[in-house]
Amino acid sequence: MSERTPDDGPEGIEAQPRGARQRGSKPIDQAEAARRFLAAPRHQQQHDARLWTLRQRRDEQMWAMPEWEELRQLGSDIKEHTLSRLDHYLEMFEAKAKANGVVVHWARDAAEHNKIVQQLLEQHGATTLIKSKSMLTEECGLRADLAKAGIDVVETDLGERIQQLDDEDPSHVVVPAVHKLRTDVAKVFAATIGSDPDNDDPPYLAEAQRNAARPVILSAGAGMTGANFLVAETGAVVVCTNEGNADLCANIPALHIVSAGIEKIIPRMGDLAVFVRMLSRSALGSPITQYTSHFRGPRPGAEMHVVLVDNGRSERLGMAEFWTSLKCIRCGACMNTCPVYRRSGGLSYGATYSGPIGLIIDPTFNARKYSNLPYSSTLNGSCSNVCPVKINIHEQIYAWRKVLVREHETPFVKRAAMRAAGAVLARPTVYRAAIEKTNDALTSLPRFVIYNGMNEWGKGREMPRPPAETFHQWFIRTRGDKP
Amino acid sequence: MKIGLFIPCFIDAFFPEVGIATLQLLERFKLDVVYPRDQTCCGQPMANSGYDAEASGAEALFVRNFEGFDYIVGPSGSCVHHIRHFFTALDQTEAVRDVRARTYELVEFLHDILKVDAFPWARFPHKVGLHNSCGTLRGLRHARASELREPHFSKPEQLLSKVEGLQFVAASRPDECCGFGGLFSIYNESVSAKMGSDKVHDFARASADYIVSADSSCLMHQRGCAERGNVPIKFIHIAQILNGAAA
Repeated sequence: MSERTPDDGPEGIEAQPRGARQRGSKPIDQAEAARRFLAAPRHQQQHDARLWTLRQRRDEQMWAMPEWEELRQLGSDIKEHTLSRLDHYLEMFEAKAKANGVVVHWARDAAEHNKIVQQLLEQHGATTLIKSKSMLTEECGLRADLAKAGIDVVETDLGERIQQLDDEDPSHVVVPAVHKLRTDVAKVFAATIGSDPDNDDPPYLAEAQRNAARPVILSAGAGMTGANFLVAETGAVVVCTNEGNADLCANIPALHIVSAGIEKIIPRMGDLAVFVRMLSRSALGSPITQYTSHFRGPRPGAEMHVVLVDNGRSERLGMAEFWTSLKCIRCGACMNTCPVYRRSGGLSYGATYSGPIGLIIDPTFNARKYSNLPYSSTLNGSCSNVCPVKINIHEQIYAWRKVLVREHETPFVKRAAMRAAGAVLARPTVYRAAIEKTNDALTSLPRFVIYNGMNEWGKGREMPRPPAETFHQWFIRTRGDKP
Repeated sequence: MKIGLFIPCFIDAFFPEVGIATLQLLERFKLDVVYPRDQTCCGQPMANSGYDAEASGAEALFVRNFEGFDYIVGPSGSCVHHIRHFFTALDQTEAVRDVRARTYELVEFLHDILKVDAFPWARFPHKVGLHNSCGTLRGLRHARASELREPHFSKPEQLLSKVEGLQFVAASRPDECCGFGGLFSIYNESVSAKMGSDKVHDFARASADYIVSADSSCLMHQRGCAERGNVPIKFIHIAQILNGAAA
């Protein structure tokens, strides 16, 4: 694994593995992309180590808080309560925000959202939009749509900016460039903002990016932030960040647009305390983000707009087995703990949302395209245990498999193999004949359990050695007369 | 007490010694153990892949085979977890619910039902790394999972601590999944093999002579990874140690 691949640069620098291949609505092959990620061992090892460190820090924070499990339950209860009365709290938020001087817009889907934003920018004559991180705008494909309208969008958060300049999606909801080595970043910045290609010192790279972005920030016509929470009783938009760029985006230009999914609502300021205590502890293992900014209304002479986006959320709310996925506060703890994610990289999922939470959200956007994703899991359940709002993620992954098999196309060969296995395992005499007709149980047993999957098994592992006799044969031989 | 001995298909085919140890161990406690001859599989391989209709025949056969026992005991946490938590391809008649509720994995049966506190016949003077499969750990709750803030407990550790000479060593990522995952090991072969390789190296760094588990499926996968990577470590099912296996 450590020898150089043809993609390596002249100095033997390991090339950055790229994400899943996109083929329209054809199913994403996560396993194929993961294989390429694993073929870049320096990337994979650093990715695994960084995220495992986050998981360990999260555990330290958990042990420092005696009420941890109680807070998880409380967070879950508040979210479930709110989601079950979502219309009520959304209207409360709208009324309060309006009273605070905020303009509230409603977007049914991504296209409506992008159109509303574009119109606002055009009304204000803004040709540059600075923004801080928002998974929702990734979900809506905002940058590409605005680019068509001639608007330059500049991401201000370091990780997000790296990904924008490299023309890649974020690979993680909290640390979007976690899959890159610093040498990858140096290469991207050298090509795009003119930094020294031979200097991959992180402080140097961060400073270079800041120097390149500051003039844009100071002259931009509009700023955009996402929202971590929308407080219904006050109409406040709460944004949690570590770099403080959301505050620049909200406070420098004369137009502040907030993009927020409708599930971000919480009833009261008091409820916010529960989530603020859990969010950064779960995400990064730090007690709180550097900035927790409350935006309640426009500055004098400026405008503040909130776009409330559905984009499939109310449909998801109606899915009996999957509606609780809307509790998600996007902390990324499920990604950090996921042993598959840490070894695959977030871009292998080929979707806006990667890792365990992605497996259960992505199929709601496109069941065909993301039909393989629920199989990229061992169902180990660690994701459900770290979730600060107690989403039963692994059970929903399991439930998605049933839905996909029942209601959607599955590969014919897989269905045929399952049918054959099910038929053999339902008939004891056929089963016995199948595993004992030769002395070599291996030749027949795996064929009906996993069709010709032993070729795959043998790539990275030795085969199990079949014993001289099965348990059944031993029992009959030694105790055949026993009832 | 009448016990139905559940020998999962892959233990039947690949690990008869685990089935034998389980039977002999249960008989040491003077239990009436019956091995229903017509058993095949619990249906998990199909159900886990989402194919409930294809799993229903195997599940129905399981219920027919194991009706009427006081307990059904099997040496495979993964299969028992399926039966107790996900065995839903069938209509949930009283018979189905009854069989599901009476099905126990060997460790929890010894710990919770028989409350065994001594294995005087067992001696295992080796360094042992305990691998709790995800089905036993987070599904059947054999032990505290590292993600949860709750007091430490571990049923397999408690049983193994009664075995003379046995010494525990701990991996640095105590309950990270080893990557077997049933058909995941085939469909996502490269990630699966990497997880298994990382797992056996973690135990090897902790100087384990043996990896012990209540799941032969994890052990089959890990052994395959260890052999491929020339990691000098051995594998044994917990039933074998508790039954007094020498090594």
